[in-house]
Amino acid sequence: MEQFLQQVINGLSLGSIYALIALGYTMIYGIIKLINFAHGDIYMLGAYIGYFCMTILKLGFLPSLLIAMAGCTVLGFAIEKIAYKPLRNAPRIAVLITAIGVSLFLEYGTMFFVKANVRTYPAMTGLLAERYQFGGVVVTMQQILILVITILLMVVLQFIVKRTKIGKAMRAASLDNDAAQLMGINVDTTISFTFVLGSALAGAAGVLVGVYYNSINPLMGMMPGLKAFVAAVLGGIGLIPGALIGGYLIGIVEVFVSGYGSSMYRDAVVFAILILILIVKPTGILGKSSGEKV
Amino acid sequence: MKKFIGIVLPFVVVQILISTNIINSYLQATLATICINIILAVSLNLITGFTGQFSLGHAGFMSIGAYICALILLRFPTLPGFLAGLLAGAVLAALVGILVGLPTLRLKGDYLAVATLGMSEIIRVILTNLEITNGAAGLSGIPQFVNWFWLYLFSAGTVLLLVNFLNSSHGRACISIREDEIAAESVGIPVTRYKVIAFTVGAFCAGIAGGLYASYFYFLKPGTFGFLKSIDVLVIVVLGGMGSMSGSILAAVLLALISTFLQSFPELRMILYSLLLIVIMIFRPQGLMGSKEISLSIFGKLGKFLSPGKGRE
Amino acid sequence: MALLYVKKLTKSFGGLMAVSNVSMKLEQGELIGLIGPNGAGKTTVFNLLAGVYAPDKGTITLTTAGREISLEGQKPYNICKAGVARTFQNIRLFRDLTVFDNVRIAMHQNVNYGLLSGFLHLPSYQREEKKLKEESLEFLRIMKLDDKKDELAKNLPYGEQRHLEIARALATKPALLLLDEPAAGMNPAETAALTELIQWIRKQFQLTILLIEHDMSLIMKICERIYVLDYGMLIANGTPDEIRSNPRVIKAYLGEEVHDA
Repeated sequence: MEQFLQQVINGLSLGSIYALIALGYTMIYGIIKLINFAHGDIYMLGAYIGYFCMTILKLGFLPSLLIAMAGCTVLGFAIEKIAYKPLRNAPRIAVLITAIGVSLFLEYGTMFFVKANVRTYPAMTGLLAERYQFGGVVVTMQQILILVITILLMVVLQFIVKRTKIGKAMRAASLDNDAAQLMGINVDTTISFTFVLGSALAGAAGVLVGVYYNSINPLMGMMPGLKAFVAAVLGGIGLIPGALIGGYLIGIVEVFVSGYGSSMYRDAVVFAILILILIVKPTGILGKSSGEKV
Repeated sequence: MKKFIGIVLPFVVVQILISTNIINSYLQATLATICINIILAVSLNLITGFTGQFSLGHAGFMSIGAYICALILLRFPTLPGFLAGLLAGAVLAALVGILVGLPTLRLKGDYLAVATLGMSEIIRVILTNLEITNGAAGLSGIPQFVNWFWLYLFSAGTVLLLVNFLNSSHGRACISIREDEIAAESVGIPVTRYKVIAFTVGAFCAGIAGGLYASYFYFLKPGTFGFLKSIDVLVIVVLGGMGSMSGSILAAVLLALISTFLQSFPELRMILYSLLLIVIMIFRPQGLMGSKEISLSIFGKLGKFLSPGKGRE
Repeated sequence: MALLYVKKLTKSFGGLMAVSNVSMKLEQGELIGLIGPNGAGKTTVFNLLAGVYAPDKGTITLTTAGREISLEGQKPYNICKAGVARTFQNIRLFRDLTVFDNVRIAMHQNVNYGLLSGFLHLPSYQREEKKLKEESLEFLRIMKLDDKKDELAKNLPYGEQRHLEIARALATKPALLLLDEPAAGMNPAETAALTELIQWIRKQFQLTILLIEHDMSLIMKICERIYVLDYGMLIANGTPDEIRSNPRVIKAYLGEEVHDA
């Protein structure tokens, strides 16, 4: 029983990370129908920016987190303007290939400058090193923090999307891009804003992972990126609550497969879930199907 | 007659260069890479460029071919063993192609891409965890049977067979799927069936390439056949032009040379590849050759011979 | 024996009832019109007949060569094989392929060699390809498209693209031809040419034709009978004269009668 609860807690932490990354995927897909392969690498760069803040600038956790989020914001904005905007009207395959190109560029560019070896985040002290024991179950302050920060960011995101003008613009543009433009919505700005939001969340996830799992490397974004994409599809691509549900589901499944099965197969299980959901219900748990007009 | 000379001449010329050691063993490895990449590129082009199905899992099929061939060769280190291994690997890759293709080929564009990527990753995980494949450590000491003859036979053979296919009604059916699936189905083309056919043929060829790789480079590990390998092939196809066989051949040669040149700088190579992808998609999405084939008057018949489905007889 | 029997065809998308209890009967050789205001469900009916959608309820029975074939739920390519061809509201040609190839591909189902022969160019390939080429060229000649045979479909002027799309549909040797707004976007001269073409192909190929159109002059001129759809339901069925004066039809298109001031 205690093993079970421990796994659930671990799963919630991992799930939070996936949810944060998945949100970016789902928002971007919702608005320009692109699987942004480079999103996982923005998460990786967030981790690196946080690393440099903490080790070289000797900043604390919170300032590093905020700077990393800001940095990723700029990065996301730049990538959209340089690589994706020119292809707004190109066939989907073309944008997908470009996204793959951007992803590789970020990975190997980073590797070129900071070398491929693993870096370790400095150990956390004070509040962040706290652990609490409930019988045989251990909950660390970091796990609580990850959950809290994720939920907080989620609330902020919901507020932006549901209560602000730009949020409304995002929702409109993702439903019908052309109609949104006809209604006077500046779609370019809206798209940039979406990228900015998504990238900030990914950056936050990167720093949280650095703190929680300690090690970072230039290729750390690929797997979590893909798995977060699976999470977004599982929950319902383009739907924000879907990213949440999908993220936590995948996180918990992965932890359980590792814990009770074999950690070797956990990647394969996640991909098997992807293929299954694409075959059975491609619109995901929360999704509604809509066919192509012939 | 011209066709016959066109096919035999390159073989003879290169063979002479090899025998006189003008092409030394270092360059021979590059040559092997070129031939293997040609097979991979033209077969991926069939799936993605000609039939319009975006597959990111080509490396998965290659790995099946490689491992099956290696395992059989290690048991039966003879020429018949090599040929049997090659065939078995390709057939198994094709079977997996059908298995994966049937459910996933209903998916469109990006979803299909990710599903094929997922399939390729699942294959890699399985190979890393099986005892018989020696897991992550890989298989070594695979008997080497592959020489220029076999490389040329299989790469030229693959190109010939695929070009023939694309010049047939079945090939045109595949091309019509790329053009407009719904229209194709409305004129009687069984779309899913042809998608699966293209996918399976592509997988078979990738399996052959894998077997050749195994028996030339004599060492396999699952990591070689990951997403990055699929990207390698994709870059060749995109650079050459999705929908051009001669483009794929040209790009395979070009990129093999660049790879060899940048061998000591693996990050630079990937950075170059990534920039190539981005720049090509933004500024020249049709790649080098678009969907045309080389048809210089010098090559005359050969050029016409290569061009599929453009109203030429 | 009726060529096509449509009984109580019903299809809804989500909560929207697109087609409701539609029944139609087409006799061999007839030229029938299908009209209705925008959004009435006309193209949906076509899509149901052509197999793009499967109906929720109802049956579609095609009688050709003495056999009765159930079409509902069948895949489009099988329906094409059975003898139903269609064109599209927004032209769907193989744009980057030549006129010749567009037609050749439509003849694929009659080509008789296997995959192996395709790879190896065996004698069956040589033989069948020659036959295919001759048939396609002959067909293009009949449809007066042979001088454009090497032109890319996307480079043809609009009217000729429509012409090609009809030709491609006919290349599948159908018994029933479904034309979806073939006159859309055409000027009066082009529409007149199209009218002639439709009457000509009907005689030449002994076709039964079901025609969706908004151009009333075209419909009234050539259709023997007309079905009228509104909000997914059949509201009238009769000769052009009957339809012209049918109050329900007038109401559907024009709304309630406006009383003079």
